[in-house]
Amino acid sequence: MNYEPVIGLEFHAELSTDTKIYCSCKNEFGQEVNTSCCPVCTGMPGTLPVLNKKVVDYAIKAGLALNCSITRRSKQDRKNYFYPDLPKAYQVSQFDLPLCTDGWVEIEVDGVKKRIGITRIHIEEDAGKLIHAPLGNASLVDFNRCGVPLIEIVSEPDLRSAKEARAYMETLKTILSYIGVSDCKMEEGSLRCDINVSLRPEGQDEFGTRTEMKNVSTFSGGERAIEYEIARQTEILNAGGTIDQETRRWDDVKGENVLLRSKEEAHDYRYFPEPDLMPIVVDEEWIQSIRAELPELPGVKKARYLAEYGITDYEAGLIVDNKEMAHFYEECIALGANPKTVANWVLGDISRFLKDAEMSFGQIPFGADRLCALIKEIDGGAISGTAGKKVLSAMFETAKTPAELIEELGLKQISDTSALEALVEQVIAANPQSLDDYKNGKTRALGFLVGQCMKESRGKGNPQVINQLVLQRLEAYKNA
Amino acid sequence: MQPYELTIHESAELLRDKKISSRELTQSVLDRINAVEDRVSSYITVDADAALACADKADARIAAGEAGPLTGIPAAIKDNICTKDVATTCASKMLENFVPPYDAFVSKRLKDAGAVLVGKANMDEFAMGSSTETSYFKKTRNPYNLDRVPGGSSGGSAAAVAADEAIFALGSDTGGSVRQPASFCSVVGLKPTYGLVSRYGLVAFASSLDQIGPITKDVTDCATVLNAIAGHDAMDSTSVKMDLPDYCSGLNAGVKGKHIGVPTSYLTGARDDVRKCVENAIAVYRSLGAEVEECDLSSTDYALPAYYIISSAEASSNLARFDGVKYGYRTENFDSLTELYCNTRAEGFGSEVKRRIMLGTYALSSGYYDAYYKKALQARTLIKRNFDEAFAKFDALLTPAYPTTAFSVGEKANNPVEMYAGDLCTVSVNIAGLPAIVLPGGFGTDGMPIGIQLIGNAFSEQTLLGTAYALEQNTDAHTVRPTL
Repeated sequence: MNYEPVIGLEFHAELSTDTKIYCSCKNEFGQEVNTSCCPVCTGMPGTLPVLNKKVVDYAIKAGLALNCSITRRSKQDRKNYFYPDLPKAYQVSQFDLPLCTDGWVEIEVDGVKKRIGITRIHIEEDAGKLIHAPLGNASLVDFNRCGVPLIEIVSEPDLRSAKEARAYMETLKTILSYIGVSDCKMEEGSLRCDINVSLRPEGQDEFGTRTEMKNVSTFSGGERAIEYEIARQTEILNAGGTIDQETRRWDDVKGENVLLRSKEEAHDYRYFPEPDLMPIVVDEEWIQSIRAELPELPGVKKARYLAEYGITDYEAGLIVDNKEMAHFYEECIALGANPKTVANWVLGDISRFLKDAEMSFGQIPFGADRLCALIKEIDGGAISGTAGKKVLSAMFETAKTPAELIEELGLKQISDTSALEALVEQVIAANPQSLDDYKNGKTRALGFLVGQCMKESRGKGNPQVINQLVLQRLEAYKNA
Repeated sequence: MQPYELTIHESAELLRDKKISSRELTQSVLDRINAVEDRVSSYITVDADAALACADKADARIAAGEAGPLTGIPAAIKDNICTKDVATTCASKMLENFVPPYDAFVSKRLKDAGAVLVGKANMDEFAMGSSTETSYFKKTRNPYNLDRVPGGSSGGSAAAVAADEAIFALGSDTGGSVRQPASFCSVVGLKPTYGLVSRYGLVAFASSLDQIGPITKDVTDCATVLNAIAGHDAMDSTSVKMDLPDYCSGLNAGVKGKHIGVPTSYLTGARDDVRKCVENAIAVYRSLGAEVEECDLSSTDYALPAYYIISSAEASSNLARFDGVKYGYRTENFDSLTELYCNTRAEGFGSEVKRRIMLGTYALSSGYYDAYYKKALQARTLIKRNFDEAFAKFDALLTPAYPTTAFSVGEKANNPVEMYAGDLCTVSVNIAGLPAIVLPGGFGTDGMPIGIQLIGNAFSEQTLLGTAYALEQNTDAHTVRPTL
């Protein structure tokens, strides 16, 4: 039988606020163990939480970017469970009144667009991290991550393939990074996913029994985890078995998932309203002020690029997916550069240089004005395209302008015909065989002679000018 | 008269006039502790050296003319209120060695005011109890009769003030824990409006009910301490931001023309001698020109069950952090994480605390939440509304603080339901978040103190203190001291 997968995602993203959600500790990754924590975020007796308003701002911003309704009066709740990385033995989260509800986001897979429903977005605090067995059989706790603000974005069960799920995750990441609420750095653990998967016979409306998979922290891992789970469930169903509602843990290294707990072992979190915090009351003015801060979102931006810049769908997609690249790209265009030419540069040589240097687009050491100046030098014939790449390479090393680098590296092109005429004459004289070939209709000789001229000019001759001059001379000889 | 017998306002006057130094006053209190503590057992921790050093600083401040009303005054703080670098045990084995690296807001306020911390007062474990018998360390005795309990859970604080082992004390009140021991020990105890005093640094029992309040020898002192500890704290989200009056300034306002309600439901279970004390108080108020009439506050019938569900539910969550991982007691017997948790908590908590954790866990459990916790919150709304109706008509409500006088040590220790039932008069005040004061109202047929409770509308502490002051100044129960 053919089965249709039904997939829903719980997407946790760390918010990039300056401080934690309930205390004034710095919210910064990579601090020395247990230095970025205080009595409040480590849940010492008698301490109390005070909500960081920025967290609400950021969550509302995410809600608006994902077309959600903002709850005017929401509250925070305690989710109770014991674990050593959770020093209060409860996580402050939101249970029945999340800050944002009923949104959607558009994804695109193989050129097909699809709207995925967002059930809710709520705010919550992160837990610490366990460091296992550094000292014999002991485990140690690092509390730095305790109280780091998170949003959990819960999707409707609208996804139908691993590919769609991946596109959904990538779209969320792009949007969150665009609106500046999360950098979604997977390597820093700032993004985690719980994935619900069920299968149903094709054509059936009713959902099958779902499993929940935890411990997915990369997009590719998520895609593979879903494919694995679909295959696992398919095999069980095809063998006449039934799916148990259970929680499974994805092991990205082994590429498989294992049972974490069955339905019977499911936690009873005993949610109840957090009495130490007041309700979150959001008025229209607050929402409007955040709406006004929203930048152009990636979907809208891509459509605009296609309409205004005449670049391909593929190029537009690549540029838009990288907020910093898109910013740089638009700066260049604002300075008058040709959109197609800039697209070639940012997606080609610049991306390559950055990748080799393990840098992100935000770390690019020169401004859009410099790239525009470089393009101008090439377009104006001052240097060749090949020389341009050398200049670009140098721009990553020094703070000098393209003009200074062209001068310094001696890359200035010779476009002056009078300076090149003698050279062309000399090269033709030195290659009588090529001249004869040309006369006999072998036009390939032209390319050879141009190449020889370029070589003779040590690459500085303007190839277009040389091409023109050689052709003129050859034609003159032929017709003589 | 010995210095330790002084009130705050009497001491402050002598200190200001240089008739006594804070060192002398503090030494006098320390001597008194030495003389009676083995019988009363008010304290878990007494640090005489630190107290005297603090007194010397206060004397320097007084000499510099920078003294406030609490400068140089020896005080006790209940042991669930964090004091930086001084053990804060909550009278539990679980926190026997816990020394907080921070002060509670109120501790800081008292230190800033120049008060002298003499020690940390005994209490029921994690403030769960009405007799101070659940303390892991010791049982505090009632200074009026050492066979009787001092009440609880702030029994150490109340006994210390009654026995002159401190000039004043701080307690915490979740369901009557300041007021009931005040009643049993013939001192003044105030539970402020929820949000008036910051809870930061008070080890939480039931977060939506807990309030810190003063325990003092008279109403004037109560107002003085409230002035020091009330006010907004950015570290407590439930702390209110509002302009506060000088609570000492309205004491003489009198009660002429004031409307005082007497809820009949609070009297039905009261013993005859308690009822008689209430009637005496009514007579005094009438004689002072107040209009006193009976009123209905029947929703408070739900108060007791609602209180025990809400407070236990919150406690089950608040006390979950004591897991042996980071601070406090840790079992030595464990081979797994689950065993670490189970054995630490089994060995570290006393039976009353365990009972409340189980009650609360049950009430919040999936499938029971609606029947218990949610119902209790609905009852809470009803009780608040009932009080709102009453305060549309009355300036204050007059009730007994407790249906009886102090019971005997051990009398109710094995009967939790009976123990809980006694809290009838006090718990509804916490459920509604209102202020209430208990002051000495007389003595029962057994010679034990009886307290009168006055309940006010939210943030009406000034009126409440004035009303209490009028009764105090026209009765003499507060002048009777225990003989030890």
